[in-house]
Amino acid sequence: MPDAAPRELTFAQAIREALAEEMRRDSRVCIMGEDVAEAGTPFKVLSGLVEEFGKERVLDTPISEAGFTGLAVGAAMTGLRPVVDIMFGDFITLTMDQMVNQAAKVHYMSGGTWKVPMVMRTTLGATRRSAAQHSQSLHAWFCHVPGLKVVLPSTPYDAKGLLKAAIRDENPVVFFEDKMMYKQKGPVPAEEYTIPLGLADVKRAGSDITLVATSSMVQVALGAADLLDQAGISAEVVDPRTAWPLDEHTLIESAKKTSRVIVMDEGYERYGVTAEIASVIAAGAFYDLDAPVKRMGAMHVPIPFSPPLEDVTVPTEQTVFEAARALCGRS
Amino acid sequence: MTTAANPTHTGSAAAAESWIRMYRQMVAIRLFEEQVNELYTRALMPGLAHLYVGEEAVAVGVCEALQPTDYITSTHRGHGHCLAKGASPDRMFAELLGKEAGYCRGKGGSMHIADPATGNLGANAIVCGSAGIATGAAFSAQRLGNQRVAVCFFGEGALGQGVLYEVMNLAALYKLPVIYVCENNLYTEYTHYTETTAGDILQRATAFGVRAESVDGQDVRAVHAVAARLIESARRGEGPAFLLCNTYRYTGHHVGDISREYYRTKQEELLWKTERDPIKNFGAWLIEQNLADAAVLERMHAEIKLEMEKAVEFALASPYPGVEQVGEDVYA
Repeated sequence: MPDAAPRELTFAQAIREALAEEMRRDSRVCIMGEDVAEAGTPFKVLSGLVEEFGKERVLDTPISEAGFTGLAVGAAMTGLRPVVDIMFGDFITLTMDQMVNQAAKVHYMSGGTWKVPMVMRTTLGATRRSAAQHSQSLHAWFCHVPGLKVVLPSTPYDAKGLLKAAIRDENPVVFFEDKMMYKQKGPVPAEEYTIPLGLADVKRAGSDITLVATSSMVQVALGAADLLDQAGISAEVVDPRTAWPLDEHTLIESAKKTSRVIVMDEGYERYGVTAEIASVIAAGAFYDLDAPVKRMGAMHVPIPFSPPLEDVTVPTEQTVFEAARALCGRS
Repeated sequence: MTTAANPTHTGSAAAAESWIRMYRQMVAIRLFEEQVNELYTRALMPGLAHLYVGEEAVAVGVCEALQPTDYITSTHRGHGHCLAKGASPDRMFAELLGKEAGYCRGKGGSMHIADPATGNLGANAIVCGSAGIATGAAFSAQRLGNQRVAVCFFGEGALGQGVLYEVMNLAALYKLPVIYVCENNLYTEYTHYTETTAGDILQRATAFGVRAESVDGQDVRAVHAVAARLIESARRGEGPAFLLCNTYRYTGHHVGDISREYYRTKQEELLWKTERDPIKNFGAWLIEQNLADAAVLERMHAEIKLEMEKAVEFALASPYPGVEQVGEDVYA
């Protein structure tokens, strides 16, 4: 008898299931944010959680990102494991003192005596026609700060396993979800699993070029790899899954194998995640590279509203395909 | 108004003990800070030093009303709060000198003393930086049902930070056991608070339905009485409170702030030091009440001075952390 088809969940369902499982497992886990309870967030990611866990553990807050993030820091230090919901990644600006000066530094400043086991869930990604203040991918800001971990899931499977690991982590973890991905389906086993933070995943094996891609860019990279395949170029797609800790080993080994690398990430290219990863690869695989490492990120403009303008600000399958072909000398 | 949890109003032996403990603690803070000043001016202490001298009655009056398991958060001017909550001077000095024996193994310094053993969630060098943390500790206490209370100490300069109002709103909504203790020492660094603070301070709290009271911050008995009442009420689940303590910073914003005439007069400083000194006045009251005599208090000063000198010696003789520790404890 053939195996039953693997269970499929949407990205949003995978997130919700991770939270529900961790809340059942550990009574210290609670959720706080704007419209997280009955509304289940504007993206409906949290629908149903308040019904199971009650308003004590799924807490609607005022529109006070700094306030409830700060509250979460203190709650995490004193015995709870809060998961803070910041509706749009653009709003992390309002939480920066709490995350950068408080959460990230408490453990170190206190000589290792206090811990801050909290998770901040938020979003990234453009092309939703939401304009400059609801479309940014600002995860690089947190990657810059010692003491924080930054997670960038790209599939429902990864989202669930990484979120469960993030909730169990003893440190402040920022978890970025691509809001365009919430309805995307993928296999998610019903059995318990977690994915360690700091472990990259080869999403597609290849031999001619490595496409390092994070979060929203993984699907773009896989689409580009299909196009490249048709053009006779074998692309490997590597997803770091966490921007920090960063699995440098897997990135460097893939680069050594293929000798050509494009790094793509939806954050701004300038001083961004792509710069860090390209530098790691350039240093670690220098003698095996046949071309400079190429970076592709968001164009350095505030995200525009008008669809034709917005669409050119982020890498697409076609632009990645063309860049890869050029890098392989086949343009 | 008195409560059963406030022995200092009962006239009992426990009350007398409590008064003497508070006096001792205020003197300890004063003499601790004198040593800090000495260390700093002798260039033995790296970094900055913000002295708490003049404000001792606030930390001591409030912390005397707390249980050891209750939480505090403190500020850049935090030595007094940390000592009043039970920190020991030797490890405090060691931290101030960046030594491994310090509370933070030398990684925090003067502005970041933290100590889980005494419920000290940490001093904070961002003005109002710990308001969220204190509110969160109260949130945990409520959710875990452990009867703890959190006290958030901050200077009146923090009234300018928006996050204070965000967390007071949250604390009022969820009826959290947190007391916001505003120490108005009149000067936001080098600027009189009236130049930076519009309207009525207490109304900023009452607007959220947070009970707010003000007290003479130079009178440790008054501070303790009102703090005890607000703390026990919060512990009973009656929600947050705001306590404005009117006090005075005897020295500059930091030890190097010597020429202060451009923002306040020497006469003003002299008046507070001579007429309104919390230790001198409380000592006189103790003598008047026959709870101590001058010789006993003098002996206490001498003992504490010796204790502080020993603590400084300990810190000076302690080793620095090995440089291999620089990368430790970034992550738990």
